[in-house]
Amino acid sequence: MSLPPFERFYEQHREEIFGFLVRRLGRQHAEDAFQETFLRALRAYPNLRHGEHLRAWAYTIASRIAVDEHRRPRADADLPELESLDGRPAFAQLEHLADQLPPTERAAVVLRYGYDLDYSDIGAALGSNATAARQAASAGIRRLRQKELR
Amino acid sequence: MNAVSPDLDRRFRDAAAEEGLLDAAYDFVDSPVGPLLVAASKRGLCRISYDAEPDRELEELARDFGARVLRSPKPIDAARRELDEYFEGKRQSFDLPVDVASLADFNRRVLRELARVPYGEVVTYGELAARSARPRAARAVGMVMNRNPLPIVLPCHRVIGANGKLTGYAGGLERKETLLRLEGAIL
Repeated sequence: MSLPPFERFYEQHREEIFGFLVRRLGRQHAEDAFQETFLRALRAYPNLRHGEHLRAWAYTIASRIAVDEHRRPRADADLPELESLDGRPAFAQLEHLADQLPPTERAAVVLRYGYDLDYSDIGAALGSNATAARQAASAGIRRLRQKELR
Repeated sequence: MNAVSPDLDRRFRDAAAEEGLLDAAYDFVDSPVGPLLVAASKRGLCRISYDAEPDRELEELARDFGARVLRSPKPIDAARRELDEYFEGKRQSFDLPVDVASLADFNRRVLRELARVPYGEVVTYGELAARSARPRAARAVGMVMNRNPLPIVLPCHRVIGANGKLTGYAGGLERKETLLRLEGAIL
């Protein structure tokens, strides 16, 4: 699959990426993170060799930016909007723990259980493959269960 | 609601252009000959299309200039202004830089000669071929006109048949007539 014109990529993914960022950061910070996500995507776009796994790629960029935003010290830190967690109760209960996982496991868990991407997309997003992505996600889940039991 | 607001969308499109991240920016410009899809690369104006089918146009822009093609109004503002002035009869030539670097040598040479045909005047395909140092290439010149990436600005509407007939126009003869009438080249 060849790389689509950026306009098509943007139109296709902007709404779900924005929704993802609102859930992670709250509406106010999501706007800046949204702009940064797509600017970063635009900078990297010429280096992509094909048009596969673009959705997972977009989520990966957005996740990294959301993590950076979280780490940034803020006086006005706000809570994610509660309504946004609707519809994903099972994952929502674990989501706050996922931030403590090692980066690859966290990305695999969030993309698989929070955003329902399949393992080949996740593998591509992580620069590995479906098998590695599955292993990372199950390692992450094991770790989360242990945390939960503690 | 967790939807991207028009304001946020616009801010992203402006920022993308401001940071110089686009291979081609495009937008639509209203005109008396219908909406025009107008695109600009980093070098200058690179496309004006009548009756644009966005899917095909975006693919072509991506192929000719690079995949970072985005609708972004600001880079098109200068072209919009000059086109508006032209259609109001207040402008006879365009000052914008144009980007025809992706075209073949012959096409570029013919288009360079075409750009010298003054407002309100017409030239035949044969004459334009002669000016491009290929006097017998009237038919090839016709093809170049047919594929002109920048109609109106590169005035292929000013090229007519040897018999004085308007002959053809990629945007349709009605538009050719409208443009020539606007310029006072025909009554």
